[in-house]
Amino acid sequence: MNKTITIDGQVVPFKDGQTIMEAATEAGVYIPHLCHHPEFTPHGSCKLCTVNVNGRTCSACTFPAMEGQQILNDAKELNEDRKKITQMLFVEGNHFCPSCEKTGNCQLQAVAYHLNMLDDHFPLFYPHRELDASHAEVLIDHNRCIFCTLCVRASQEKDGKEVFAISGRGINKHLIVNAESGLLKDSNLEVTDQAAHICPTGAILIKHTAYQVPIGERLYDHNQIDQVSLNREKLQDEQ
Amino acid sequence: MTAFIQHLIEQNRYQSTHLLAILRAVQAQYFYIPHEAIEQIAQQLDIPRTQIIGVIEFYSFLHLSPRGQYDLLISDSITDHLLGKHEITAYLEQQLHVKLGEVRADGVVSLANTSCTGLCDQGPAGLVNGYALPHLDKAKVDQITALINLQIPLDAWPQDLFYVEDNLIKAGLLLSAPIALGEALQAAFNRGLPETLSELDSSGLRGRGGAGFKTATKWKFCAEEANADRIVVCNADEGEPGTFKDRVLLNTYAHQVFEGMTLCAALIGAKQGFLYLRGEYCHLHEKLIAILAERRQAGLLGTQILGADFTFDIEICLGAGAYICGEESALIESLEGKMGIPRNRPPYPVTQGYLGKPTVVNNVETFMAAARIAVNGGAWFANIGTDKSKGSKILSICGDCTQPGIYEVPFGTSIQSILDDCGATDVLGVQIGGPSGTFISNNEFDRLIAFEDLATGGSFIIFNQHRNILDIVNNFTHFFAHESCGFCTPCRVGTSLLKNQLDKIINGHGSAGDVVALEELCQVIKKQSHCGLGQTAANPILTTLERYPELYQAQLKKISYEPGFDLDAALETARRLANRDDAGAHLAQIEES
Repeated sequence: MNKTITIDGQVVPFKDGQTIMEAATEAGVYIPHLCHHPEFTPHGSCKLCTVNVNGRTCSACTFPAMEGQQILNDAKELNEDRKKITQMLFVEGNHFCPSCEKTGNCQLQAVAYHLNMLDDHFPLFYPHRELDASHAEVLIDHNRCIFCTLCVRASQEKDGKEVFAISGRGINKHLIVNAESGLLKDSNLEVTDQAAHICPTGAILIKHTAYQVPIGERLYDHNQIDQVSLNREKLQDEQ
Repeated sequence: MTAFIQHLIEQNRYQSTHLLAILRAVQAQYFYIPHEAIEQIAQQLDIPRTQIIGVIEFYSFLHLSPRGQYDLLISDSITDHLLGKHEITAYLEQQLHVKLGEVRADGVVSLANTSCTGLCDQGPAGLVNGYALPHLDKAKVDQITALINLQIPLDAWPQDLFYVEDNLIKAGLLLSAPIALGEALQAAFNRGLPETLSELDSSGLRGRGGAGFKTATKWKFCAEEANADRIVVCNADEGEPGTFKDRVLLNTYAHQVFEGMTLCAALIGAKQGFLYLRGEYCHLHEKLIAILAERRQAGLLGTQILGADFTFDIEICLGAGAYICGEESALIESLEGKMGIPRNRPPYPVTQGYLGKPTVVNNVETFMAAARIAVNGGAWFANIGTDKSKGSKILSICGDCTQPGIYEVPFGTSIQSILDDCGATDVLGVQIGGPSGTFISNNEFDRLIAFEDLATGGSFIIFNQHRNILDIVNNFTHFFAHESCGFCTPCRVGTSLLKNQLDKIINGHGSAGDVVALEELCQVIKKQSHCGLGQTAANPILTTLERYPELYQAQLKKISYEPGFDLDAALETARRLANRDDAGAHLAQIEES
């Protein structure tokens, strides 16, 4: 007999060892997320995937699915908090979508649209952050980093390297590169590494590829992130 | 430097779990962690340099750029503020010719703020190269200035500068009768280990760190884990501002604390134990090492403890300035030589803690109580206290009272009777459980110290009628923003937003919607944060907003729009460029009503 959980009234089957996020994705239920990616160890830091499990808040990407869980996901109050958390990510860095080459392909932007985020709400921090353009093929724009650690995990788990890490504490957190000089050109990153392609925002970009796909024809220009995400991640789960 | 670091790494047996100890030693030697040191350590421990940089940038006492040879830190806790922290800091700046937050040009001395040093009953306090300096006054500052300017080595400084008092004012159930050496272990062996765990169960002892999980249950869970390689950790990272009881327990009752840990090891089947001592208490380090040696000599640690087939030993690990490491899973990360970032749960530490092994983490006071319960039995303990909170609570009382210090009271004691004991009159309110706890007003002094009413890890800060509540809240809110580990979005960004929003209101730039916005933000941080730090970071605002809404409202301008920035402050650069500061060079934001 299949074990099941209930998400927003919908009965969702799960296998032992699956997280709520994994079970939901398999069943075609979208839970907003940014730091989660089905191919990597869950991190649980962005907190967009917070759901209410039997009255308690949990990160869906790390919390195990267990028999009998009553889960609230697509609820007004949760989505309001998700919107605020997304707004926090926007004001913390320097995200100017119209001038960013990732626009239309950016998960942060797409989640913001999905959550009906119409303004920043909070005062902007305008932090001073650097650009690392030292590498011939890959660019880091720290202004757009949201500390999801996907590049850190991809480098460790897929590329077998340790190119990236998050350093610092609190609001001073920042992405660092494993090179004596601290520069990307002196690290062992190659443009074919998965870590170079995993960034959900425009913080890590492949050089010489900007605007090859024109604005208007990009991933999220005609599709909402919930559908894009489910299609892609279901496929990855099955592989 | 190469030889120094080589020696250090050998001393630490090439263990990357000892990274914090290694970096502390490098910091002490060179006053920062030089680039070459990072490269050498990375190579020899076979860890990425990014892990080392991450750790350095995470902990307040480690630095990538040089501090002064004498690194003076001043405790920025509200309790030090009450005792004249601002005046003494200004005097230090003046005498030492160095500004707060800076290193003097000659590199001899640096001065900075630090979070609560746990000397709240003897402030204003500071640290010099990590060592506690209680009761700072002008005479002491003069003395310290002379010593620094003559570059007298720290170990040749007069010892009375470092004398930390216990101020043990009221001893109760535990403090009045410490156990004899080995008494608890002997009693447990005589009674039988399972029977002793039952006694602990019937005592009703709950964790003394504040959360109050039942101790016997935690130990039972850990003992039931399949992995027999189990760990005992004593959490002495007492960072909650206003708390200092663990400092006194470790100064005067260390044997009983270590005995409690050893008892735990016997009951759950652990071989390895750690005392995680906050960096601010490094003045206790050598003394505690000596006590551990004494216990080995006495056959109470090591192999064949008390002649039984039981092996256990304890290692001391020093923190390096991070409040978050008081959270048990962050503490475990720190023990492993990493940044103190709280883990995702499950798994819980009892299942997978230190290096993935089943781990019990308990507070200093919990271990101390457990040792006594092993001797006297569960009923003796359970007779005291309330239904849900058995035994006694050791409080660190500070702030506006005539006799600050350590008070042990039975659970269920009213706030008023504690205030009477410590000589507090004319009281405005009390902060129970530190900034992460609750501010109670003087209408609520009939409330009780108990898990079911006012839970506290031990912090008890008294404020008299002359204190300004918004100053207190401001200090606490800045503290959380400073100590947020930055892992999750709501706490990382939220605590800084909260700080800015509160500053805006306190500085008189708030308008009609700003208090509502403040409260909304508090709720998001409280509900959505990853760990207890974020979940409680808004408590200072929420608990005072509930009791004194008029205080916040009184700060607001009577205008309907929200000024996004301070117009006059924004003109500062222009004024500097034009070399003007006359009335015409200033603009009022709004027409004052």
